[in-house]
Amino acid sequence: MTMTITEKIIARAAGKDSVSPGDVVFANVDKVMVHDVSGPGVATIFNDLEKEGHKIDKLWDPSRIWVAEDHFVPASDKQAAQNIGTLEDFVKRFHISKHFKYGIGQFGICHTLSHEEALVLPGEVYVGGDSHTNTTGALGAFAVGMGHTDVAYVMLNGTIWFRVPETLLFKINGRLPDYAMAKDMILRIIGDIGTDGGAYYAMQFDGSAVREMAMDERITLTNMTTEAGAKNGVIDPDEKTVEYLKARTSEKFTPVHGDKGAEYAKVYEYEAGKMVPLVAKPYSPANVVEARELTGVELDKAYVGSCTGAKLTDLREVAKILKGRKVKIRTEILPAAQSIFMQALKEGLVQIFMESGALVGPPTCGACCGAHMGVLRKNEVCISTTNRNFPGRMGDKESKTYLASPKTAAASAVTGRITDPRDLR
Amino acid sequence: MTILRGRVHKYGANIDTDVIIPGAYLKEMDPKKLATHAMEGVDSEFTKKVKPGDFVVAGRNFGCGSSREHAPIALKYSGIKAVLAPTFARIFYRNAVDGSHLLPIEITDDAYSKIEKDDELEIDLQNGQIKNLSRGASYTMKPFPDIVLKIIQAGGLMNYKPDKH
Repeated sequence: MTMTITEKIIARAAGKDSVSPGDVVFANVDKVMVHDVSGPGVATIFNDLEKEGHKIDKLWDPSRIWVAEDHFVPASDKQAAQNIGTLEDFVKRFHISKHFKYGIGQFGICHTLSHEEALVLPGEVYVGGDSHTNTTGALGAFAVGMGHTDVAYVMLNGTIWFRVPETLLFKINGRLPDYAMAKDMILRIIGDIGTDGGAYYAMQFDGSAVREMAMDERITLTNMTTEAGAKNGVIDPDEKTVEYLKARTSEKFTPVHGDKGAEYAKVYEYEAGKMVPLVAKPYSPANVVEARELTGVELDKAYVGSCTGAKLTDLREVAKILKGRKVKIRTEILPAAQSIFMQALKEGLVQIFMESGALVGPPTCGACCGAHMGVLRKNEVCISTTNRNFPGRMGDKESKTYLASPKTAAASAVTGRITDPRDLR
Repeated sequence: MTILRGRVHKYGANIDTDVIIPGAYLKEMDPKKLATHAMEGVDSEFTKKVKPGDFVVAGRNFGCGSSREHAPIALKYSGIKAVLAPTFARIFYRNAVDGSHLLPIEITDDAYSKIEKDDELEIDLQNGQIKNLSRGASYTMKPFPDIVLKIIQAGGLMNYKPDKH
């Protein structure tokens, strides 16, 4: 029986020879992550269980658990600081060693750390207390976002129930033109299938354009499968995946590959060469039009940040556009992890950003989810490299967010209105 | 399982977790305080109108967006017992069931279009029937998948003992 990569990983983790879409299984989990929003939630559940008389002496396997601080850091107020304290107590109590503390060494957004630090490996089952856990499927893992009850269950039992998803295969052939990015590609797909077009499915990406993409561009594809409602996003690992991980870990791993002739619920084909810069208008990531159709839209802010839009490739592309130019609107650039910030510094990107007049800040999810550090006021209009533009997502519910690639966001920062990077003089 | 009775608060499709409970409140750990901001992004009157036992009836893809369990928690503590929608986003659905916060009940698109705000509904979970007491109509609910039913009956995933596999 042939299986997709997602089915194969689940089957192995469930101790079965094979699984089919629709099967419900309990599967062993390899890695689990919480951050400063889902972590305190897990701690609350453990407190409640203990109040009910359950004893929690130890977790299933602390070496497979890792913790990030990314949403309300640097602590936005007293409550946020308290939650970080709760997370610290939790980590100490259960002897979790992989704690990426904000302001010490390597830290940043959880979905960036997962690949930057090779915390998840090909073929693994990875559960994270955040919806964009899908991101890490770009490494060839089965990566799924869940709420804090499910994460707490995994931390205690090392296993969780899954319904095996059908897979949608997106074959992206050819080569992306130099004015388009993976963000344009995934916006095109979400625009075509809608915010529930991938609901309960695995969304798998393949084709020569995907194979050619840098790892951190591939990650943009899997990251935003969440915006199509998918259970997971995945890319069958290749030499690039292996090379990327070997540079970051000495841990051994055996990639799992989908079978030839595996069944897909649907196969979509795209020609990368035809891609143009796109923008998702408020208030849905599926509300996608060509950037050139929005040329008149005046902006208040450009934001380059988040797990999907502030990786090294993103920053390099922004720098190419901002070099020797000045920004016309408030522009905030927040690399997704400290390691990326450091590399941007070494490559002179930070200098370019600052000379253009932009703000450069520390890694945080803050502004992306309207929490702190750059929240939008009523009627403000922002072009953003993030992944959501629901009402109130980045601040006041009457603010407006346009989602775009880092290139389009940078070009727009220079003109102060939505600008296709091809039209920038 | 019993019979639920309550009044309807009706919304459109793609109600996302950012409008159910905006991101700025995710640091709040007290569920009662979370409830004071429930549905703030889509209906500023919701918390004033909602009564214990009420239902949310919404269009397709309810709860899309983030994995924040704060969303079903905020609805639960505002008094909502069940959300009725043609389809749910997967994490919201899991959270509602596994955390035992509220019942995500799948209804037909037709039922969704016929139920109006302030209608009084009676939901018979045993028989999968929804009576609209305000309109003298009735609709069927989609049965819960086996595993979901077992988790609901156990009172959440933490209390659920899986069969040997």
